[in-house]
Amino acid sequence: MPDFQVKKNAEKFDAVIVGSGAGGGMAAYILSKEGLKVCLIEAGPMYDPAKNVTQLKNPWESPRRGASTAFRPFGDFDASYWGWQIDGEPYTTAKGTQWDWWRARMLGGRTNHWGRISLRFGPKDFKRRSIDGLGEDWPISYDDIKPYYDRIDKLIGVFGSVEGIDNEPDGIFLPPPKPRLHELMIKNSATKMGVPVIPSRLSILTKKINDDRGQCFYCSQCNRGCTVHADFSSSSVLVLPAMKTGNLTVINNAMAREVLTDSNGLATGVSYVDKNDLSEYQVFGRSVILAASACESSRLLLNSKSSRYPNGLANSSNVVGKYLHDSTGAAMGGYLPQLFGRKRYNEDGVGGMHVYSPWWGDNKKLDFPRGYHIEYWGGMGQPAYGFGMGIEGQNGSYPVNGKKKEAGGYGASLKEDVRFFYGAGVGMAGRGEAIALESNYCEIDPNVVDKYGIPVLRFNVKYTDYEIKQAKHMKETFKEIMHGMGAVITWGDDGPDNNYGLESPGKIIHEAGTARMGSNPKTSVLNGYNQAHDCKNLFVVDGAAFTSQADKNITWTILALSMRASEYLVDQMKKKNIA
Amino acid sequence: MDRRKSLKTLAVGTLSAGVLLDACKPKDGAETAAKADAKAAPGGFTLDRQPQEIKQYEEVTSYTYFTPAEMAIITVLADIIVPKDEVSGSATDAKVPEFIEFIVKDQPSHKTPMRGGLRWLELETYKRYQKSFTDITPEQRIAIVDDIAYPKKVKPGLEQGVAFFTLMRNLTVTGFYTSEIGVKDLGYVGNTPNQWKGVPDDVLKQYNLAYSEKELNETVKFD
Repeated sequence: MPDFQVKKNAEKFDAVIVGSGAGGGMAAYILSKEGLKVCLIEAGPMYDPAKNVTQLKNPWESPRRGASTAFRPFGDFDASYWGWQIDGEPYTTAKGTQWDWWRARMLGGRTNHWGRISLRFGPKDFKRRSIDGLGEDWPISYDDIKPYYDRIDKLIGVFGSVEGIDNEPDGIFLPPPKPRLHELMIKNSATKMGVPVIPSRLSILTKKINDDRGQCFYCSQCNRGCTVHADFSSSSVLVLPAMKTGNLTVINNAMAREVLTDSNGLATGVSYVDKNDLSEYQVFGRSVILAASACESSRLLLNSKSSRYPNGLANSSNVVGKYLHDSTGAAMGGYLPQLFGRKRYNEDGVGGMHVYSPWWGDNKKLDFPRGYHIEYWGGMGQPAYGFGMGIEGQNGSYPVNGKKKEAGGYGASLKEDVRFFYGAGVGMAGRGEAIALESNYCEIDPNVVDKYGIPVLRFNVKYTDYEIKQAKHMKETFKEIMHGMGAVITWGDDGPDNNYGLESPGKIIHEAGTARMGSNPKTSVLNGYNQAHDCKNLFVVDGAAFTSQADKNITWTILALSMRASEYLVDQMKKKNIA
Repeated sequence: MDRRKSLKTLAVGTLSAGVLLDACKPKDGAETAAKADAKAAPGGFTLDRQPQEIKQYEEVTSYTYFTPAEMAIITVLADIIVPKDEVSGSATDAKVPEFIEFIVKDQPSHKTPMRGGLRWLELETYKRYQKSFTDITPEQRIAIVDDIAYPKKVKPGLEQGVAFFTLMRNLTVTGFYTSEIGVKDLGYVGNTPNQWKGVPDDVLKQYNLAYSEKELNETVKFD
């Protein structure tokens, strides 16, 4: 083994960014376009959806027929690399608690994984404490962020419809695709019971928006990465264009260890381990921007200890790691008997649902304080590993082409059953807002390090009655929608024994809040510009900054906040407030 | 994958060349992208993979799990579960036994239930006929299969056989219907560039549904 040494990069950058997902990608894009010299550190390999192609592959082109692996928990064709567990990079949970932590390790981070659901937070979502007394108000309002949402809609592209629904702001939309057959049935059923069903809002290009990116050709495989860059991922839309400016240096396979600071308490750079040669490196910049994901960014802050920052960087409030919260999730599925034996045609559509339900309820009249939206699925998808399994649960329950059969079986009769039931599946899932609580947190486990010697996170998160009651309401709603369209429920009809199927926290992969922004430096880590109260040249631009989560997927708001913070940083540098 | 190759890939389908070209035009931005550090995948595996995934694949495929005798039973059972019919070929036509050999190594939790289940079947066959499952007549095989293929009417003492046959049916059906023969049998016609213009009119009519004026006005239109 060679002598231990630390290699220092001679170039001083204007900004060092950790993480290349939505937040880091946007910061790299804005700063490099502004002419700043930017270094982007990414813990995984390089990636370009145009070159790493699983799109338009057939199931038999994967030896495991698209089944998941530890490397690709959402299936062999999924673009996103790594997930719930990474070799040599453990995390722990406090006794009696559960947390599932998703970590993508690749250029673009988890924008390679997400469902492209691109919802704006509404005016009320920034001021929830003022409405229900729980959690905290953001230091900014919808009006502060609206111009950035508008610019992101145009820069990245999102389809949707103008609806004028309270607290569900419309954007600058491309036209949405028409609903699929099961989505029309869902819409009829839900609308009758007062649940709105509107076109989904996904960042997929149903029209060309510029000459750099193509137009959707309806293969439904956004999660595989799009060869023509017709959907948003941070790599294709932000990082790769930023590299073209010549101002962006990407260091990949680099695991950040800590943020370096000087005697004045300012951030000077980042130290990291190169995963290829396992050597230690340091890279320096006038500013440091963390976008490693909510929990990784707070882990970095907590691990950046010095005599000036004894409990971690930017943590004089002791709030780093706290207020960790994920979206709530619960789901239900079954079959639409009227679709048995249905006519075949290509209904792939875009990658994901064509319709969804924004929150419609009035929480003042309900026994839980925050709302949820509903996502839908179903139809004639491409078969993959798991297809046809459990047929014994179906073919004894419904007559096949008029014949009553015994559950199970084999032979030509079984083949008839598989064809008959294909394409009749339908399901839905709620994604709700959990309350950000101080008592839900991640911290440094005092006893455990990862294979690079970096202390790891220990999670301590529990759901409360609020989230459980919300899941109960989801299930009641789903049941009514299912019954209203004549569907047979085969799973997800849960009760109090399993908290109505409420997914364990972390599972929905929308975690946020661990370095929250606020106007009071004693109770928050960042100010309204994602800038650390304690360290003016340090910014956190991922989900960690969120004061609260809303019942909307957080990516579009991460992008808007990162754009705003990046332009603020440029302005502060021009004004010499940041040297 | 370079632009020409990806165009070729896209062209495997039914779409008009005009739409294809339009969809693919803007790729030059991507060409200057950083060099991916994924290596070409090993033989037959056409997906781009990371080095650790390639290593796992090579480990899994470096040895044979099932003995020739076990594989012979798997082959017979697979074709009983999915035989050739008027629509499509059999499980062995679709190389389902090879798939089962791979998937039990890729998902090792299948190994013991499969190996133990096969042995259960051999012992049950021996008890009845003093022979191996592969040596009895087709009628004798079906007599045993009929006893373990229907979970809800299982006779006492044969439950483990039902559990094994259910696993065998799951792996066979999923292996078959994710093969080229199986996907064609099923009638899945997607996975190709196209324009989604909504549910076909005759299908809307069949289900007594129609798009609303709002939907027709606001949704994507194609030239």
